[in-house]
This record gives sequence, structure tokens and C-alpha cells, in this order.
Amino acid sequence: MSDATDTTGSDATETEHAGFTDPDDAEVVAPGMTLVEEDEEFERLERQTDEGDQLLTQHSEIVVTGGPWPEVEGESQTMIINMGPQHPSTHGVLRIMLELDGETVVRAKPVIGYLHTGMEKTGEQLTYVQGGTNVTRMDYASPIANELVFAMAVERLLDVEVPERAVWIRMLLAELSRMASHLLFQATNGMDLGAVSMMLYGWREREETLRVLELITGLRMNHNFVRPGGVAADLPDGWQLACLDLCEIVERGISEYDELLTGNPIWLERMVGVGVITTEEALALSASGPILRSTGFAWDLRKTQPYLAYDDVDFDVIYTENGDCFDRYRIRLFEIAESIKIVRQCVERMPAGDFRVQDKKVTPPPRARIDESMEALIHHFKLFTEGFRVPAGETYVAVESPRGEVGCYLVSDGTGKPARMHVRGPSFYNLQSMHPMISERMVADGVAIVSSVDPIMGEVDR
Amino acid sequence: MADDAAQATDEDAREEVHEVVPPWDEVAAALWERFDGAVFHDSHGQAVVYLDRTHWADAATMLRDDEQFTSCIDMTVVDHLVDAERVVVPGVGPARYEVVANLLSHPRNRRIRLITEVPADDTTVASITAVYPGMNFAEREAYDMFGIEFTGHPDLTRILMPDDWVGHPLRKDDAPARVPVTFKGDPGPR
Amino acid sequence: MGLDAVPYNFLTGRLEDIVRWARRNSVMPATFGLACCAIEMMATGAAHYDLARFGMETFRASPRQADLMIVAGRVSQKMAPVLRQVYDQMVEPKWVISMGVCASSGGMFNNYAIVQGVDQIVPVDVYVPGCPPGPETLLHGIVTLHEQIRTGELLKRRTASPTGGAAIEVEARDGVSAERAGLPTPEPAGA
Repeated sequence: MSDATDTTGSDATETEHAGFTDPDDAEVVAPGMTLVEEDEEFERLERQTDEGDQLLTQHSEIVVTGGPWPEVEGESQTMIINMGPQHPSTHGVLRIMLELDGETVVRAKPVIGYLHTGMEKTGEQLTYVQGGTNVTRMDYASPIANELVFAMAVERLLDVEVPERAVWIRMLLAELSRMASHLLFQATNGMDLGAVSMMLYGWREREETLRVLELITGLRMNHNFVRPGGVAADLPDGWQLACLDLCEIVERGISEYDELLTGNPIWLERMVGVGVITTEEALALSASGPILRSTGFAWDLRKTQPYLAYDDVDFDVIYTENGDCFDRYRIRLFEIAESIKIVRQCVERMPAGDFRVQDKKVTPPPRARIDESMEALIHHFKLFTEGFRVPAGETYVAVESPRGEVGCYLVSDGTGKPARMHVRGPSFYNLQSMHPMISERMVADGVAIVSSVDPIMGEVDR
Repeated sequence: MADDAAQATDEDAREEVHEVVPPWDEVAAALWERFDGAVFHDSHGQAVVYLDRTHWADAATMLRDDEQFTSCIDMTVVDHLVDAERVVVPGVGPARYEVVANLLSHPRNRRIRLITEVPADDTTVASITAVYPGMNFAEREAYDMFGIEFTGHPDLTRILMPDDWVGHPLRKDDAPARVPVTFKGDPGPR
Repeated sequence: MGLDAVPYNFLTGRLEDIVRWARRNSVMPATFGLACCAIEMMATGAAHYDLARFGMETFRASPRQADLMIVAGRVSQKMAPVLRQVYDQMVEPKWVISMGVCASSGGMFNNYAIVQGVDQIVPVDVYVPGCPPGPETLLHGIVTLHEQIRTGELLKRRTASPTGGAAIEVEARDGVSAERAGLPTPEPAGA
């Protein structure tokens, strides 16, 4: 391996694979080519690198197992095992260290950082126009929530008001994103618990949702569509029909999941009473979203601290009493139905107007204007190269993402780039609530519990 | 007598600040009453209280026990080393780092932000993990990214970077380490 | 990879073709989804885009049973040794698809935390661009890999190059990790 990396520097010594040892008497060969002579033929057949070598050691003695285990004095020792960061439960690169006493989990410690991307540092290098591209990749299952919270923080500091149509478009997209994220949860949760077909069923509906999101925003994921000032473009023709068709398809889908899973005895055995958390524990651990709502505490920022036009639409906050995995599954299933309700209301009541605030210093001009007006050309150039300046200040904005409260703490120093862009990822805090959920439970429940927390590592590690 | 005079001017100064920005917010007023050096600031409609570093843990305890702030929803650090322009609130001595905690009271449905200034030569703050256990990860991240030490934290180790990493990435003097992107056919600078 | 030991003639040529055909049609991917690209990889395995048409819908959890590693997502500094370990555990013949721009080159995250291209750690056979690449793009990448396996191009490239198919050059860069790795650090600007 050291050979392979030693290609920089002029004082690199010749490696064994260079092919020729004396430049003077060798023929012209390109580095990497070996001069094959007859007795070297066998050398050529050998492996040229030792990557991936499987070492087979020669045992010189035969070891017989089956003797008595060494005596352990005192109480039984606990064992620490490692789950992840690469494991089949598809929750990203989460590593959990479990201290086990037999099969019972004594403690669980999530070890994170395997997806740390330095997004907050990158956020300080990007302008406010570009910031959305960075932030959207944090919670990549519901990217609109991140973009929304960043755009709202910038608008708060800029003191601009977003036009009404933009608000409703944002709300529509936020709910579509929530649907896509909860459908992803249904799929992966089912698969983790062994109901492998759920993966396909959940994705079937999610693909339809992504199709509508692609129709509106242009991308299936990581849309970069909600921007400071409004949204990037207006809704395309035919969006109403697409949304209404989607609502019907997803409704059918979730009633199918309900039928298949909710009464299923295996599902109930594996989820009811598993991973219980109480309200006090959840609040102390700063948990939010379905975890908090499953404990009987009906806290949803869309209702309690409304933003966008959520106080103008009719929907319910779903909460349950028991705080176990089954409750969280039910909450997320019913939240899809609530999102469908909101999407239908958006379709009916979408106001006309601007999709972006008409402030030339913040919003780029329409492309056609660039040919006509010098000013428009200059504005476009300035906005996309330097970005706009935001007055100095700091603010914290929070919205309800499918995982809980996602917040953006933005500090501006008057220039075109943030001085500090911190995103409060709900999964970062929700992971801490794993400890009370998994303590005193069996290892086999660990997967169900992690799955019900629904962490997205992008926003945990940022 | 010089001390009395000094004390008198200090109290006058406090009264002045109090008159300039009267805390209309009852929680901020309670903090202002209880802690010396607390300054209230209205940041775009949000209540912010700047506290002295020594009062950090006590303020958190008071908010949890007396003011029903059930969760500390977020804690982070800001490094003001290279700020082009900084909003300096009168009465607050600006330092290089600011530790910022956003708290949420579910019963009262309100938020408050606490900020404390941390100088570059003494980057320690009391940990509030005992008050709000949810801050365990947040304080570890602040330590990892900025090097702020939280005294009393049960396990102050790196959380996002590998354990043997040297440096604190989100500090302004820690390089972003951008790899220079070059293209093969690049003729190079002339 | 074993085929070189067999001297090439008409009969063994057919044998090689059959072996390569078999390898191409029985690729088993390992689960290595890291970030957003993992979601699109799962979408490719789902019913709409269907990796099962290639027999690839079963992602093997154990790297010993897998022969394709689709590195889907950004590789952080902490994850890099884990990636290498999983790659080393895979048994020959093995292939790597670098899915997405973060895995191919570091993507939009040109900073201290992300390995600027997974080919700094493992040799990559196919790079699939996109952020994230849609399932059709990933399928195109997989089909490209299949073609390369079928024609044997990959094996020829591997044996010809001293580094086993990828020029693993670790660029010296500023920041701490270069020092830690003992690599030459660049001159500071202005020096």
C-alpha cells in the first residue's frame, strides 16, 4: 500500500513494480509496464498488488476447542458489541455500541460522525443564494424542510416578506416532502422488521410522490427549490391534476399498509411495548416530532407555533399515548393522511401572485429580461456571483420536519456569506432518546427501536 | 469612598441599560433580576438574554425549575474572529466565542435564547447536561468543532471527527482544507 | 484473477467468455449506502427501476458474499478506514462503482471532512455522476460495468496497471489530515 501512495515527491524510490531498474540500459517503457522475459512469466501471473489480500496463516499446531471456559469471578461480565457503521439496517452510517448482559441491553451509546460532511463550514463559504444547496443535503429524506428553515432564517434577517403564493407553494412542497419521508419510513421500517415487501410497497408510493416533486421542482431529491425570497420557479401547468392523482394513489397505498401491518400479530408483538419512552424523558432529552408525540404530548410546531399558512389550513395533530414503536409507526402513517389533506387544500386554495419577493436585490430577474435590460443583466450577474448582503444580526427559526423540530441558527456579519450557519437537526437529538428506549430490552429489539427513531444521518452529522 | 462612587456609577450604568432596553419579556426580566450582568436584547422579535459565563448553569437551572422551560432545544457556538460587522449589544463585552442556547417552554409556548461570551484564552463554560440531558451531544459537538470545554460534562470527547483529529474545524482559523481543483489541460497561471 | 493462468486458445477462449458471462450475470452488490445516494440506490432496487432484472436486488450484508461495492454517498474521514476494511473483506473478483459526485470526487463538499473521491481509497471501475444520480443513471452505470465485465476489459486493465486498476494518488492538501498521514504538505501561500 505504501508503494501505491508514494507517487508524489521527486525523491520517491523505485518501487518493485516500476519495471526497469536502470534507466540507461532499459528500453523505453512506460511506467507500469513490465518487461516480460521468459523466466519472468510466472511473476507476471502473480498478483501485482497486495490489495485485498486474504492472509492464510499456517497453523503449526492443532487447537482443540471445547474445554471449560475460564472461570469468571464475581458477577457476570457484560459484553460490548458493535452494531454498524455498515450494517443491513438501512439507516445510514450509524454505529451503536451496546453493552450487553447476555441478551439484555444494559446501555446503548450511539457513535456518530461517520457522515460528517463539514456542511456548517461549507455554509460559511457559500453565499446565501448557494446556501440552499448545502442545507438541503442534510435531511435528505425531506429536503424541503431544511431549505425552508434556511430560507426563512435569511428572510428574517433581511426583513423581507414572502408573497402569499410563495407561502402556499412552500407549504405544498413541505407536505409533499413529508409524505415522501414518511413513506420512506414505512418502507425501511417494514424491511428492518422483516416485512421485506414493505420496501417495495413504500417505494411504489414514494416514486409517485417524487414524480410530482420532479414535476414541480425539477429534481427528485435535494431540490434547492425553496430559496430566500420565495421559491425558484412557479408551479407548472397540470400540477393540480398531478397532486390530486397523487393523493388518491397514496391514500390507497397507506390503507393497504394499514391493512397489512396494523392488525398483524407479528407486527404487534414486535412493536407494541417495545422502545417505550415517557414524556419527561423525551422532553429532557430534547426529543421532538413523532417521538414526543408518541408519549401523549401533542406538540407539533405547525399548530403551536404556526409558520407559512398552517394556521389557515385544516389538519389534525396525530399523537398517541404509549410511547412505543408501534405508536410511532401509527403516527407516521396517519401523518401521511394529514399531509394529503393539506395538499388537497393547497390545490383548492392556491392564491395567485408572485412566487418570489419582487426585490431586485434578492430575487434574480426572469431570464427573458436579461436580454432586454442592462440592469437586469447586472443584477443577475451580481446575484449569482457575489450573492446579496444580509444585514448583521442573528436569528433562530424552527419548522416541523418529519423527524421533529429542525431549526436554523443564522448569524450574519453584513457580508454576502453567513458568519455562522448552524442547523439544529432533529435526529441529532432524537438519537439520544435511544438510550431509555433500548435499556433493559433484548438486542433483537434494537433494530426495531433504531428504525422507529427514524434517524437520517445527514442531519445528525452534518 | 472611591468604591462607593464606583458602585454608584455601576448601578447607574445598569439602570441606564435597563432604561434603554426595558425587558418587556417577563422571563428576561426574571433573569435580569436574578443575575448580575444579564442584558436583554430584542433580535428580530426574539428574546435574547446575554449572561455572564459564571451564571450559565444557574440560569439554565432557574429556567427549568422556575420558568417551565422544559427543553433546551439547541446549543451551539459562534466564532466571531473574522466578523466584518458585529452587532454589539450595549452592556455586553464582546469576546471571540459566543455559546448560544435556545430554550423552549412547551407549557408556555415560548422560546428564549441565552448567549454567553467566552474569551479565546479561557474557553471553558459550565456544562448544562445535568440540567438538560439532551445537551450531552450538543456540548460534545461544540467541544469537537470549537474547542470549548464544558466543565462537568460526563463524557467530553470528540463526536463528529475521528478521535485522533487535531484541531477544531469550525474555528475561523482552522482551514476549510479545500483541495485545489485543477484540470489536466490547465495551462497554468501566466 | 485466475483467468490469466490459462493459456489462450480457441477452447479456453470460450471458457473465458463463459466465465465472464457468468460473472456479469451474477453480480451481488454489498450494502454500502452512506447518504442521499443510498436513497436513490434503494429506489433503483425497488419496483419502479428494478435491479432484480439483473439478479442484483439482494444486497448482501456480508462483504464476503458480495462482489460489487456501490459506494453511494459522501465518504467522511471517519468512514474512510471502514470503507477500506469492507473493501478488503470482499473476495476477488470485485468491482467498485462510485455513485454520485461525492463519492467520485468529493462533490460539492470540498473541505476537511470529506474524502475527495473514493478512488483515493479503493480502485473504482465506474463513476456515476449526479447529485444524487437518478436510478436511470445508476442503471446505466451498472450496465456499463456489466459490459466491461463481459468483454474482460476490466481484467486487462487491472493486470496492466501496477496499482491494480486505479491510480491511487493521494493529493497532498492543506489541513491536518495530510500531516497526520505523513504526506508532504504544500508550501503555505506566499512562502
